[in-house]
Amino acid sequence: MDASQIIFFLSAALILVSALFVVTARNLVHAALWLIATLFGVAVLYVLLEAGFLAVVQVVVYIGAIAILFIFAVMLTRRDLLSQSSQTNANWPVALGVSALSLAAIAFIARGFGFSLDRPLAPVPTDSLERLGQALVSPQQFVLPFEVASVLLVAALVGAVYVAMNKK
Amino acid sequence: MIPLSWYLYLSAALFAIGLYGVLARKNAIAILLGIELMLNAANINLVAFWRYTDPAQMAGQVFAIIVFAVAAAEVAVGLSLVISIYRARKTVIADELDLMKW
Repeated sequence: MDASQIIFFLSAALILVSALFVVTARNLVHAALWLIATLFGVAVLYVLLEAGFLAVVQVVVYIGAIAILFIFAVMLTRRDLLSQSSQTNANWPVALGVSALSLAAIAFIARGFGFSLDRPLAPVPTDSLERLGQALVSPQQFVLPFEVASVLLVAALVGAVYVAMNKK
Repeated sequence: MIPLSWYLYLSAALFAIGLYGVLARKNAIAILLGIELMLNAANINLVAFWRYTDPAQMAGQVFAIIVFAVAAAEVAVGLSLVISIYRARKTVIADELDLMKW
């Protein structure tokens, strides 16, 4: 077992344990804080996969923006959170069964592909960030999805402001 | 080194946990938290397949960045809807939002 495997196991344990707390914590502020731990573990995995830029984006966008947005929303709707007798609805056994079934199905499919343990890895090019930037704006590659994503972000921004606006 | 299947199992487990959160939680904000977990599971898969197939092709990372953008848009719109519903109905429990239930 080498160092990268140890790091993988540590971050996998962090991700799974904190994700379990995200879906089971009674207090939603705690759930949002556990989500930050999960997202940080995923960022560690990105570093392990040599996608450093994505790790930085994960920390900045997910932890810095999305998780904070969640905490804001929890604070704004706080009143009836803690008084609830139960945080899960009546269908939670069905939900447990469905998610266990989907876990089994995905794991079965992943196993069936037979990815071998000692497959030689191609090295990541040293200019991968440059390649990523060029891929995002190159007409031969992904300029259309990139522009559609930016239009989506503008639409979501305007829509969110309009929906949450106090119209009185 | 880490075999690709470990990443796939991890992301399958994360996806299942997120799915449970989406299906079982009462609070609408907690449902959105579950969706975030599922999106992250998908992203782990995308980046892992990028690394283990051909890292010179950036398609996997571009997909992951698009997922980031869509997740940010989804959270912004979803939370603004939750806040707007909270203003109108004084609740964020998904079971109680049955205005259109026939």
